Amino acid sequence: MAVRNSMLNRLLSRSSDLGVARWMSSSSSSSWWKSVEPAPKDPILGVTEAFLADPSPDKVNVGVGAYRDDNGKPVVLDCVREAERRIAGSSFMEYLPMGGSVKMVEETLKLAYGENSELIKDKRIAAVQSLSGTGACRLFADFQKRFHPDSQIYIPVPTWANHHNIWRDAHVPQRTYHYYHPETKGLDFAGLMDDIKNAPNGSFFLLHACAHNPTGVDPSEEQWKEISYQFKVKGHFPFFDMAYQGFASGDPERDAKAIRIFLEDGHLFGIAQSYAKNMGLYGQRVGCLSVLCEDEKQAVAVKSQLQQLARPMYSNPPLHGALIVSTILGDADLKNLWLKEVKVMADRIIGMRTALQENLEKLRSPLSWEHITNQIGMFCYSGMTPEQVDRLTNEFHIYLTRNGRISMAGVTTGNVGYLANAIHEVTKSA
Amino acid sequence: MQNNGGVHGGGSSFSRRLREEESEHSIIFRDAVVEIYENGEEMRHLDDSNKQLISKEPRMVEPCGSRSEGPHNWCHRGLSRRFLRQQDKSWSGNNFGAYRDDDGRPVVLQCVREAEARIAGSEFLESVSASVSSKMVEESVKLVYGKESDVVKEGRVAGVQALSGTGACRLFAEFQRRFHPESRIYLPDPTWSNHHNIWRDAQVPERTFHYYDPDSKGLNFSSLIDDVKNAPDGSFFLLHPCAHNPTGVDPTIEQWREISYQFKVKNHFPFFDMAYQGFASGNLDQDAQAIRIFLEDDHLVGCAQSFAKNMGLYGYRVGCLSILCADSNQVGPIRSQLQRIARAVYSSPPVHGVLLVSTILSDPYLKSLWIEEVKTMANRVRRMRTTLQDSLERLDSPLSWEHITNQVGFFCFSGLTPEQVNRLAREFHIYMTHDGRISMAGVTTDNVSYLANAIHEVTRSDQEAKILCNV
Repeated sequence: MAVRNSMLNRLLSRSSDLGVARWMSSSSSSSWWKSVEPAPKDPILGVTEAFLADPSPDKVNVGVGAYRDDNGKPVVLDCVREAERRIAGSSFMEYLPMGGSVKMVEETLKLAYGENSELIKDKRIAAVQSLSGTGACRLFADFQKRFHPDSQIYIPVPTWANHHNIWRDAHVPQRTYHYYHPETKGLDFAGLMDDIKNAPNGSFFLLHACAHNPTGVDPSEEQWKEISYQFKVKGHFPFFDMAYQGFASGDPERDAKAIRIFLEDGHLFGIAQSYAKNMGLYGQRVGCLSVLCEDEKQAVAVKSQLQQLARPMYSNPPLHGALIVSTILGDADLKNLWLKEVKVMADRIIGMRTALQENLEKLRSPLSWEHITNQIGMFCYSGMTPEQVDRLTNEFHIYLTRNGRISMAGVTTGNVGYLANAIHEVTKSA
Repeated sequence: MQNNGGVHGGGSSFSRRLREEESEHSIIFRDAVVEIYENGEEMRHLDDSNKQLISKEPRMVEPCGSRSEGPHNWCHRGLSRRFLRQQDKSWSGNNFGAYRDDDGRPVVLQCVREAEARIAGSEFLESVSASVSSKMVEESVKLVYGKESDVVKEGRVAGVQALSGTGACRLFAEFQRRFHPESRIYLPDPTWSNHHNIWRDAQVPERTFHYYDPDSKGLNFSSLIDDVKNAPDGSFFLLHPCAHNPTGVDPTIEQWREISYQFKVKNHFPFFDMAYQGFASGNLDQDAQAIRIFLEDDHLVGCAQSFAKNMGLYGYRVGCLSILCADSNQVGPIRSQLQRIARAVYSSPPVHGVLLVSTILSDPYLKSLWIEEVKTMANRVRRMRTTLQDSLERLDSPLSWEHITNQVGFFCFSGLTPEQVNRLAREFHIYMTHDGRISMAGVTTDNVSYLANAIHEVTRSDQEAKILCNV
């Protein structure tokens, strides 16, 4: 009240000001954000929230795409703990360069392009540290918009929901291409190839390099070769989102196979890489965007333009995660430890896939569950309908997204039997 | 001329590439990487956040104004900083906004060290837990608005973490574009160069408003007020609440009250970029005074906060964006929209910095330690201002150097011309942005006399002109 009075006094002493009457009569400051509606809720977060709120002792969370050990606990890798120990007490907290940690980027490129890649030696790769995979995709989308303003992006159906948000917010129009085949719960290869052929020449395509999210369905090596060939014919631009390198087969080299095939065929492409899952660095937001160029000069120019895009987003990328990654990958022992730990994580998931499928078969489910072990990576597209999913949640306290996607990382030896029973119950009459 | 490893070394060194040096535990590189091709044909400016000028495309390198230096002496018109080796005592090479102690070394605050020890090993969750996030935001907004303020008590602050000040500004710019698509932003002239990039990339058209008066090296208050009055009602303005970057020129309390009043009359939206809270006066509340004045006048402001400088957390990219609401029901929707925008840029903010800030601000002991440390840093910078001015006066410089101590914060707008700045670089290996902005945070008792001498030297012709005029 006293505040208003003092303001009033100031105003009254300036009552000749035309604006006074206007101000006194309007409370327009309340209208700045009146039109702001709540944003739609993230469906995946909603699943976790519901899970947390459920008091049942049997509850199972197979919704969220983050790794859990066989006790259902989040994991901090030993290599990460050791790296943290080494960098603790560092006296450097200042800004990284706009393009991020050079060392981290170099090591990251080796993972994607090959340890001894000529392209790295020839400096043909424009690469910057990014805010995990999301940041890499967004930086690329903005770059695409800036230098190919009339282009579109072809996105697989289905894909990680945030891909749509990213290219939309970058003002790049989207199209989709066939990917998942609900009948086989595998790849709709014919549909995919048709879409590639029918797209205008020189279209931009988003590809999941391995462990497709959300379906777990990856093309075979032969299929990748065919896709690469068609891309060459059509002059399409391939953009790989590689969020799960190491997680699919347990071997990062093997998981980069698609990229290596495209390299052999001489494509110039882009890659988004993330350490969120394969190093468990989720919250640190560390990744890399790379764009393969014709020559070093072009790479220098492209990198500078990527930095110009990054500067008004966040100036320079965060330090901590980059230090962890470069410490691990820059030390032979730590790197080996990491490779072992990635394999352990991947193997556990593969083991759970086998166990889930076997359990369902032992229950003499009338349906085929082969897709559980055919699919790869963190997720399994179970083929269950939304109604079946609802039953799983309501009757069995099992939480997953309504598209039937099971996060295999949430399956443990402790809950796989229960999960199989529940799935059998809701699907046996299908 | 000494070859100090900087680009101006001359001779065959001009083709040397300044490389980033990185050791296992620290990254020494902090300045721009400049690459000059062998034939001098092309130069790119790879910049970081504190450069004054950004060059978007490769530019021709041109010889300096005076042709006598020969073909290898390039003037980098866009380049504000060069990498210098640590051993070069002539100048720490620090011209960007990072604090240095009196030995010219970067500082890690004690409160940060302690917070690190406490959080060690605890941060490897998928994302920062909701309670830590909201704690960090809660404490951050209290710093801005005052913990006893009505807006805080009534829950009318919509706050989210952001990628330091840059990220907070960009998030706001995107939000502004989304919900006021026809609006523009008024930026002070001059301002941090990245402000222009941010609103431009968010596709919000810009205008500028008068701010700095080169004659007085102070505030051009009357023109500022004119611009505020002449802007269309309901315009969006960016304001620096304290320690204006790059000029160090802040309005007085009375001037802020006047500005706030005019904003009310015109119903403008005030967006504050507060990157240096604590660094202007040494007192956090005092540095937030401008914002508190606007609050008294019932403005619903927005504020970008950064912990880069005042907590020394530069590389961790931690800050906060807050938007005041008319009532607490608006908070949820606004936060959800901000998070939605952020989701398509980086999903969630990096956890390490958030945990550090949350730990420090939630613990009374750590928080009071931090407050002391900010004061120490600010006081050192102020002492350097006084010392620099005294040194120049003792050299009997007839020019006025009062602006050095009138200006506040990290930077001093010296008034040096681009030619004088170039001379400082060439002859004295002192590097600053071409607009004459000196980073006072890089001045030490060791180098302040050298700096004063050098400035005195290069301003001789000004002095001579002044003496001539007085004859």
